[in-house]
Amino acid sequence: MPTLKIPTPLRSYTDGQTEVSLEGNTVGEVMDGLVTRYPTLRPHLFNGEDQLRPFVNLFLNDNNIKDLQGLDTPLKDGDRLMLIPSIAGGGE
Amino acid sequence: MLPTLSNEEILRYSRHLLIPEVGLEGQRKLLASSVLVIGTGGLGSPVALYLVAAGVGRIGLVDYDVVDYSNLQRQVIHGMSTLDHLKVESARQRMLDINPDVQVDVYNEPFTSENAMRIAEPYDILIDGTDNFPTRYLTNDLCVLTGKPNVYGSIFRFDGQVSVFYAKEGPCYRCLFPEPPPPGLVPSCAEGGVLGVLPGTIGTLQATEALKLILGIGDPLIGKLLLYNALDMSFDFVNLRKNPNCKVCGPNPEVTGLIDYEAFCGVPGHDHEEGAAGGDWDITATELAERLKQGNHLRLVDVREPHELQISHLDGATLIPLGQLAGRLSELDSAEEMVLFCKAGTRSARALELLASAGFRKMKNLKGGINAWAREVDPSMPIY
Repeated sequence: MPTLKIPTPLRSYTDGQTEVSLEGNTVGEVMDGLVTRYPTLRPHLFNGEDQLRPFVNLFLNDNNIKDLQGLDTPLKDGDRLMLIPSIAGGGE
Repeated sequence: MLPTLSNEEILRYSRHLLIPEVGLEGQRKLLASSVLVIGTGGLGSPVALYLVAAGVGRIGLVDYDVVDYSNLQRQVIHGMSTLDHLKVESARQRMLDINPDVQVDVYNEPFTSENAMRIAEPYDILIDGTDNFPTRYLTNDLCVLTGKPNVYGSIFRFDGQVSVFYAKEGPCYRCLFPEPPPPGLVPSCAEGGVLGVLPGTIGTLQATEALKLILGIGDPLIGKLLLYNALDMSFDFVNLRKNPNCKVCGPNPEVTGLIDYEAFCGVPGHDHEEGAAGGDWDITATELAERLKQGNHLRLVDVREPHELQISHLDGATLIPLGQLAGRLSELDSAEEMVLFCKAGTRSARALELLASAGFRKMKNLKGGINAWAREVDPSMPIY
């Protein structure tokens, strides 16, 4: 089953879960499963047309799904998805 | 012409001279190099300390803040002796104590579209140690437009990111993040907190990347993003590609000069009044205390996280953390007058926006948060 790593800023929407395992043959299916399990996460990841929002970066293993086949990218067992957030802290 | 080293300098840098990848030639490159450090806070502290110790010949510091007591948990370049001093002056003093042979230039001003080109002009490399999205996009665009590398680092709680955005050889920050997140999605360290040692780890990695770029050794993090998590002690690397549609470094750029980054990010980058929802929505702590004293019925809603109650609280307040608010609207009565508050007023301003979009009207935002209450009404209460 593919796993998905949740970054710290989004963990308040996933009951504090740092990593979740979800069924799915494509990236899109896993993401559907994720926002079904955690509905308050949906608006942070998807726009009204079910497209990933531009500031959301989703990586499959080492590569951005934008450089693969997007949400249609096929998955195999043991694949690792990672959500990479925009964070800005450092100076204050 | 690279500078020659005096006998004193040979002794000072002897541990560099012993490494074949640095050597006398490399040390001369370091002495001839120049780096601009944007921000002298959590990330800028270790960056500036290590670059000055390494003998980077000219270091510029940009910041417009003063050293605050709450900075000392992580901003290791500052100390008790420089509380309330300008951060750039405090940092320069410490740096010249380590290495007086280096030139340290200070810019006590916000880094803006108006002054950024002028400030950055003399430097080879820029290091992004800022704390907000507008300045990060400004630093990126400036580096793309002037062909300089941007050594990027960013932190939140236990998470850190490091990369070298160098559009001549790889992707830029906008290739990865074409747009900033909407204001409020990602809390700042002032709201969300940060493990004090985290900027030490990330800033030290930024300093390492800058030294490698100057020396021309190793594999810099160009086209790669390092993701660090202190709790898992995990270092993950992902590949970054140049975005052919990038608005600043792509073949058909829309951004050909510096823009209004505060408008682009939808947030104020500098000198905004902290914790103000604006207009009629605000109530000051003094006004709130007066109204409560008069016996007005007001529902106090605390939108902070549960662990913050152990630091300070207002009697009778209902706790609904901001992240849960959207799912708990049924616990609130739109006919009842409410005052929303958090630590400093930023999260409660967002809570107010959320409630306003759900049709609530009878509410106020406690300007400056519970910290303002501690300052204006109850001096026995701690400020955090």
